[in-house]
Amino acid sequence: MITLTDFLIVSAALFCIGLYMIVSKHNAIQILIGIELMLNAAILNLVAFGKFDKIANGGQVFALFAIVLAAATTAVALAIILNVYKKYKTIDPRKINNLKD
Amino acid sequence: MSLAQVLFYVMAFIVVASALFVASSKNLVRSIFMFFITLFGLAGLYVLALADFVAVTQIVIYVGGVLVLILFAFMLSGKETLNVLQQQKSKFISLNKLPALLLAALFFVVMVNVILKSDVDNVYWVKMVRGANRQIKPNDLMTDNIGINLMTRYLLPFEAISILLMMALVGAAHLTRKEQGTV
Repeated sequence: MITLTDFLIVSAALFCIGLYMIVSKHNAIQILIGIELMLNAAILNLVAFGKFDKIANGGQVFALFAIVLAAATTAVALAIILNVYKKYKTIDPRKINNLKD
Repeated sequence: MSLAQVLFYVMAFIVVASALFVASSKNLVRSIFMFFITLFGLAGLYVLALADFVAVTQIVIYVGGVLVLILFAFMLSGKETLNVLQQQKSKFISLNKLPALLLAALFFVVMVNVILKSDVDNVYWVKMVRGANRQIKPNDLMTDNIGINLMTRYLLPFEAISILLMMALVGAAHLTRKEQGTV
C-alpha cells in the first residue's frame, strides 16, 4: 500500500531541489527548470490527493490545469529570455541590472 | 511488499536522483536531457497514483512541448550561455552555493516535519472516503469521468484557462517577433 505520506515526501524533495536551483543558478534557463520542478512537485501533490475524489475528480482536473499553466508560463518565459539575450548578450540574471531608459 | 510499492520506490528514486543531477550538473544540455528522465519518472508516479490521463498529458505536454521549447531556446541563445557555466568550475558544494544548499536542506527538514506531524493518511475526509470504500481503484476507468467533469463541473475554469493559454501564446509570439522599422 502506497500511502499519501510517501507521495508528499517525494514531492517535498522535488520542491526543495527546485528551490535550490532557483536560488543558486546563474542561468535563466536553469532557473526556469527549477520553477518547472517546483510546479511538478505541486502537481504530484494534487494527483496524490485526487485518488480520494472519485466523483468530482478535483485533484486530477486541477493537475491538468496546472500542467497547461506551466506550458503557458514556459512559452512566455522563454520569449522573455530570448529578448533579454538579444539586448544584453547574457542570460545571467545578476548581470541584467539596467532599465531600458 | 507488493509490486506497486517496489515500483513506487524505484520511480521515486529515479525522480529524486535525476532531479539532483539536474541541479548539480555543470553542463546545461546534459541537465536538460536529465530533466526528461525526471519528467518520465513523474509520469510513472502519476500512474501509480492511479491518474493515467494526467500521466499521458504530462508526457505529451511536458516532454513533447515544454522541453523541446527549452531546448530550442537554449540553442537559439548561442554559445555565450555555455561560457557563463564554464567559468565556475567548482565542486557541487562550493562556498557561494552553501547558503542556497542550506536554505533548501532546512526547508526540506521543515516540510518533512510538517508532513509527518499532519499525518495526512488520517485526515478526516480521506478517512471518510476510505471508510466508505469510495477511493479510485486500480481497475476503474477514470478518463471518461474526467471528460464529463471537465465539460460540466469545471467548465468555467476550463474556458478561462483556454483563453489564458491563447493570450499567453499570442503574447509569446508577439515578444519574439522581429522588430521592423519603428520601435
